[in-house]
Amino acid sequence: MPAVSKGDGMRGLAVFISDIRNCKSKEAEIKRINKELANIRSKFKGDKALDGYSKKKYVCKLLFIFLLGHDIDFGHMEAVNLLSSNKYTEKQIGYLFISVLVNSNSELIRLINNAIKNDLASRNPTFMCLALHCIANVGSREMGEAFAADIPRILVAGDSMDSVKQSAALCLLRLYKASPDLVPMGEWTARVVHLLNDQHMGVVTAAVSLITCLCKKNPDDFKTCVSLAVSRLSRIVSSASTDLQDYTYYFVPAPWLSVKLLRLLQCYPPPEDAAVKGRLVECLETVLNKAQEPPKSKKVQHSNAKNAILFETISLIIHYDSEPNLLVRACNQLGQFLQHRETNLRYLALESMCTLASSEFSHEAVKTHIDTVINALKTERDVSVRQRAADLLYAMCDRSNAKQIVSEMLRYLETADYAIREEIVLKVAILAEKYAVDYSWYVDTILNLIRIAGDYVSEEVWYRVLQIVTNRDDVQGYAAKTVFEALQAPACHENMVKVGGYILGEFGNLIAGDPRSSPPVQFSLLHSKFHLCSVATRALLLSTYIKFINLFPETKATIQGVLRAGSQLRNADVELQQRAVEYLTLSSVASTDVLATVLEEMPPFPERESSILAKLKRKKGPGAGSALDDGRRDPSSNDINGGMEPTPSTVSTPSPSADLLGLRAAPPPAAPPASAGAGNLLVDVFDGPAAQPSLGPTPEEAFLSELEPPAPESPMALLADPAPAADPGPEDIGPPIPEADELLNKFVCKNNGVLFENQLLQIGVKSEFRQNLGRMYLFYGNKTSVQFQNFSPTVVHPGDLQTQLAVQTKRVAAQVDGGAQVQQVLNIECLRDFLTPPLLSVRFRYGGAPQALTLKLPVTINKFFQPTEMAAQDFFQRWKQLSLPQQEAQKIFKANHPMDAEVTKAKLLGFGSALLDNVDPNPENFVGAGIIQTKALQVGCLLRLEPNAQAQMYRLTLRTSKEPVSRHLCELLAQQF
Amino acid sequence: MIRFILIQNRAGKTRLAKWYMQFDDDEKQKLIEEVHAVVTVRDAKHTNFVEFRNFKIIYRRYAGLYFCICVDVNDNNLAYLEAIHNFVLNEYFHNVCELDLVFNFYKVYTVVDEMFLAGEIRETSQTKVLKQLLMLQSLE
Repeated sequence: MPAVSKGDGMRGLAVFISDIRNCKSKEAEIKRINKELANIRSKFKGDKALDGYSKKKYVCKLLFIFLLGHDIDFGHMEAVNLLSSNKYTEKQIGYLFISVLVNSNSELIRLINNAIKNDLASRNPTFMCLALHCIANVGSREMGEAFAADIPRILVAGDSMDSVKQSAALCLLRLYKASPDLVPMGEWTARVVHLLNDQHMGVVTAAVSLITCLCKKNPDDFKTCVSLAVSRLSRIVSSASTDLQDYTYYFVPAPWLSVKLLRLLQCYPPPEDAAVKGRLVECLETVLNKAQEPPKSKKVQHSNAKNAILFETISLIIHYDSEPNLLVRACNQLGQFLQHRETNLRYLALESMCTLASSEFSHEAVKTHIDTVINALKTERDVSVRQRAADLLYAMCDRSNAKQIVSEMLRYLETADYAIREEIVLKVAILAEKYAVDYSWYVDTILNLIRIAGDYVSEEVWYRVLQIVTNRDDVQGYAAKTVFEALQAPACHENMVKVGGYILGEFGNLIAGDPRSSPPVQFSLLHSKFHLCSVATRALLLSTYIKFINLFPETKATIQGVLRAGSQLRNADVELQQRAVEYLTLSSVASTDVLATVLEEMPPFPERESSILAKLKRKKGPGAGSALDDGRRDPSSNDINGGMEPTPSTVSTPSPSADLLGLRAAPPPAAPPASAGAGNLLVDVFDGPAAQPSLGPTPEEAFLSELEPPAPESPMALLADPAPAADPGPEDIGPPIPEADELLNKFVCKNNGVLFENQLLQIGVKSEFRQNLGRMYLFYGNKTSVQFQNFSPTVVHPGDLQTQLAVQTKRVAAQVDGGAQVQQVLNIECLRDFLTPPLLSVRFRYGGAPQALTLKLPVTINKFFQPTEMAAQDFFQRWKQLSLPQQEAQKIFKANHPMDAEVTKAKLLGFGSALLDNVDPNPENFVGAGIIQTKALQVGCLLRLEPNAQAQMYRLTLRTSKEPVSRHLCELLAQQF
Repeated sequence: MIRFILIQNRAGKTRLAKWYMQFDDDEKQKLIEEVHAVVTVRDAKHTNFVEFRNFKIIYRRYAGLYFCICVDVNDNNLAYLEAIHNFVLNEYFHNVCELDLVFNFYKVYTVVDEMFLAGEIRETSQTKVLKQLLMLQSLE
């Protein structure tokens, strides 16, 4: 029954299309199109009124020309006219023209509202559907403003035809997604839920999508949908393959509707009502049982439809994560698919199993498939399947299989696609560290990584091995021996030279007893690589050499010779030259004792989190490492492998030598331990006391370096005020001045500026934040010529804030001379997330009269943002993970300032998140990511800002792992635009 | 949710483009070219799914035509794969060739709107869709 046939309807159109197809060249095509455009233009302009058919034909030709990629700048009015035609075919072409062209001409929308209104009111189901489809296809805010209120009524009206209900449900969905504020919730919502019971399966199919979307935002309003969805699902699942007639697809009853219902159920926790839950579990079991039955058809469509339901069922089982029996059955089912001949099924099984691996109930069951997965990694032809296999191996790894998995991944790395090498390297490094029983295995693994994929071993990975070796004396000798051997290779990667140089410089003495690795041999081995290395590596090696002079006095003459050589002392690179000069002098002037102190072994690194894990999280979004962090399936791992932390005493009472080495503020994991450390070392040696932490007011210049995060155990210890300012009780201070909020808002996206000014006093702020710490300078300027007396600024923590934010202040002079400025330093530590800023109360006497002023201190939670770069894919994955309704906060608001993209960018950066390019498909939108660092916890935040220049509105969406934070950030940021 | 539907031939000519989210015209052109590039290099041993930007493409090839649906990453792959087949299978298209899609481009949109709307599956029953399309065809 060829219902679609050539030339059916408009002959002129068919002729025109044929002509275009016959054009031999692009030029000929353009010529033909221009001729046609001229023809149509003259027809539209002519005196003779065109009949509906001609109008339809010409508009359709214009549409065809547009779809060929040419601009259309006329004909819109004719298209709009077609909407008021009584003939379906004319109306349809009019609507189609508008739906397709509307992007390029939004003026059009205003012109058609009337026609749509008429069609919606026409009671003619065909016309109503055309109008609804047009609204759904355009989906703009203007459409929402005009129609959002009408559509719920059409949807639930008793006399609406089924097809109209279907279209109305999805039309409403589109409007709700575009502008949720425009769709009024009301009594219709209850009736929408009951559409799940509708006799017409098409209506149910459309309604489920609408309900799924609505319930994500308003879970409580829609929770009755759970039991209705369960009973609907149960009826479908238990029906025979022919019961549903029209809705049976290759012997599978209503596959798409089943999938949609299962997805709806994933918006909610398992049903509380035992009867409902029992019925649901029965459904899930039936689906799993059916998967074992022989297929009713050999066609792939049959098995695809069946498996679509099966995979969605498994998703729901994983979502509930509460039925061990079902989880294990799901796992066994997926295990069968791992060896299926269909690539699609193998791919989906690997993907699905990855989530099963993180459930404590099914982790063991997943592990039994390890050989199959390893085989997939080796043999699959499609790279995306291999990628899934690698993901799954990572997810199923624990202490029992770590060695096998790591060695397989290493083997895979040799042939892995370039695009995924870095990720594999990170994964191997993390697994090796996490599950190392003896650290020699860990060291071997990392050195293998460098050997196999040196270019893909990022700084984090080789810093990490140095940190671990430094912190664990049981592995130092082995590490020295192994790097020494690795360096024997004729060609070794520069990263190997770096690791080797650092380790031998620290622990070379542990293998010096063996004549095969005597000090001169070690030195000449390293030095043989020197000339081929980059400046950074050579700088590191020079530091190794000076350490050698301390470790092995017998190498002193040789090394001094190397340092003295013209190629070092007069090196064009300033860093190398400086090191050579200073190390040479140091080795000549310093006594053995001094040398031994200065060049002592590095103290253990303070440890919070593996820097590699942080990097993988940055790559994959903050949730990526969660399966690993989560120690529940391997509780012993924390005891052994978490033992990386140094004993607190090492850090909180820094020994003089540690201080001398510039380690009192241990470099953050990401800072190069060697180059930065060595750089500081020199400065500290020659400047002596100046490098001690100064307790007095710090010079501005030292501000940043002073803020290097101190050891976590006692973050404030070094900065502590000898006399912490006593907080006056809240009753002692007045309420904040009325404009305090406004003043605070000015500082949400910036750190410096004038906080307050009146005729007497100006208060300036300069602040700097790093991780969960901040330092703020307040400058109080006396604008008068009279001295202020009893001047006392204090910081007050209202409510719970005391437990959330620690602020230490230094006292300032009680007198401020006329025209003078005093400075106050505040050290701030964010302990956990907080919502209200601390208050700053300033009191003084001016000319005998007491003055008091209370302001809000510009410390808001976003100051502790650490920007996080991530790729688009990771962003969206993470975004999806934060899909619980309470994790999201959204605001739609009018622009208060001109909408300038550059200004917006600057504000978002000032807000503290990273701005991610090429993430949002719409380049007008802004997308950001960051982690709020507090002492107690980290909160990952994702944000998206969608400007609508036409409406002068913004929509701001924040998703964080913590509900109040989402809301608070959303409010803070919304006030900035 | 479906982000867009594309029907392309092997040469990359677009036979249908249906968008369910806002893109400007340049972006649409870029997407069309990218989809063509990622889909045409794949063979029968590959999956019918390709990661694509922040989404994924579910595609199926019928003779010289590629039917591609771009959906969210957590959408059900097989359900959309069969949705393509359900769409193509429609009696309304019985024995239809690429050329018919060209000449009747304005009707194809109607079929799409019957089966997919607002990026969601609207109707899956072959019988119901066909009945509706025949009814519309009988209208003037």
